[in-house]
Amino acid sequence: MRLKYVLNEVLVGLWRNVTMTIAMIITLTVSLTMLGASVLLYLQVDEMKDVHYGRIEVSVFLRDDVTDAQRTSLQAALQRNPLVKSLTYENREQAYARFQRIWSDSPVLVTAVRPGALPESFRVKLKDPETYDKLAAQLKDQSGIGTIVDQRELLSKVFAIFGSVQKLALVIAVTMAVAALLLVANTIQVAAYSKRREVAVMKLVGASNWFVQAPFVLEAMAAGVIGSIVAFAALYAGRSVLFGGPSGALTTVLTPIPEGNMWLMLPLLAAVGAGVSGITAWFTLRFYLRV
Amino acid sequence: MIALENVTKTYPKASRPSLDAVTVGIEKGEFVFFIGPSGSGKSTFIKLLLHEVQPTSGRVVVNAKDVTTMRPWRIPHFRRSIGCVFQDFRLLPNRTAYENVAFALEVIGKTKAVARRVVPEVLELVGLGGKEHRYPHELSGGEQQRVAVARAFVNRPLILLADEPTGNLDPDTSIEIMRLLDRINRTGTTVVMVTHDSNIVNQMRRRVIEIESGRIVRDQARGVYG
Repeated sequence: MRLKYVLNEVLVGLWRNVTMTIAMIITLTVSLTMLGASVLLYLQVDEMKDVHYGRIEVSVFLRDDVTDAQRTSLQAALQRNPLVKSLTYENREQAYARFQRIWSDSPVLVTAVRPGALPESFRVKLKDPETYDKLAAQLKDQSGIGTIVDQRELLSKVFAIFGSVQKLALVIAVTMAVAALLLVANTIQVAAYSKRREVAVMKLVGASNWFVQAPFVLEAMAAGVIGSIVAFAALYAGRSVLFGGPSGALTTVLTPIPEGNMWLMLPLLAAVGAGVSGITAWFTLRFYLRV
Repeated sequence: MIALENVTKTYPKASRPSLDAVTVGIEKGEFVFFIGPSGSGKSTFIKLLLHEVQPTSGRVVVNAKDVTTMRPWRIPHFRRSIGCVFQDFRLLPNRTAYENVAFALEVIGKTKAVARRVVPEVLELVGLGGKEHRYPHELSGGEQQRVAVARAFVNRPLILLADEPTGNLDPDTSIEIMRLLDRINRTGTTVVMVTHDSNIVNQMRRRVIEIESGRIVRDQARGVYG
């Protein structure tokens, strides 16, 4: 009976002030969508770091006039080095073959480069990609080295961009959340005002505080849950657009978002949406009803 | 049943206290009139009993419970032992007489089955048998106040507080309401009534406590309005 009463009050409450309810749900939705996007991106970047950092190499390019003795001594030094996990040597022909393969889409570029124009190199995989600086310092004294290229540096630039996008999404999420919370507080005040007679009688006859507050708090929480469901749908649709098929805008840049991470967003957003708006409603009532 | 011990209540920004070192005791089953001019502190007395306001100093004891030190979360439960009737009835306009009384039961957790059994009984008691499904605007003032009395009494409270219950009613209707309160008093319920109505006080011949400027100036066992 009491449950039925409370649920009925929630529905009536949401419907009584439907324009405010919609405004509240929209702002909650935008905020939660941004939050979800931010969390997904965060998880994604983390995962990509694992994948890519496992693959990256340090390329030690040799000078054109490198002697056999220099090459042998460098190879021995790298093999002895405790930071190095594995080492491969690439001569000029192999470098050219690889170049042709990578740039096969651009025949003009391929024909412009003569075989033998590319330097030979040692491809070094480090046990820990973060130790690049140490390796570079240790190789400083070796002769015959042209340049050393750390792929990690390139990757960090890419990840820095993702990081900024993620932070931007988080900032938007927080800003919209503030707007959403103000709307929740206002909606609850209006609801409490329109039910002030009932509330007065309830307090008079000794209804418990939770019984007076529950319909209002649940009303806010229901809006939060609805907002989170719409936000989840938006994220799902967004993923389909950005990653769907070969033409998806982000397929080449990001690894695909796993289904598991995606579905994790639904309970996460629902909990955040319901929790935050419920607590806001409860605080509003404490000041407004003084129950 | 009710005891005020040296109670002073000064509202913030007020120049003088609404109640000034008042000590008064009311026994179980008594019928007490509080009289006095407007602003004399009568309403403050009611509010203190309901724990709507806290005394500045002194102790308020109701039903052997010290209201002054009561934890806030206990207040709702405490209020269930006190019924209240007001000058303006305070009924819910969109609910029938039956629903208004049942509402008071439902919000303190009683089932619909209990309401179906108890509400017709109490409406019969206050003389509204057959008018259960009327809305407040379809009832006369006296009938509306009967609904309010039924709502206050449906939980069988130990104390009934009535704040000028006849203030909006004509003399004949007022007397009917007084008969009703008298009947409730005879069931053992302590009745405390704040009023300006000299006719009623003179007719009832019950204990009269007169307040003026926050002090008790008269306390008579079978008093008149004076």
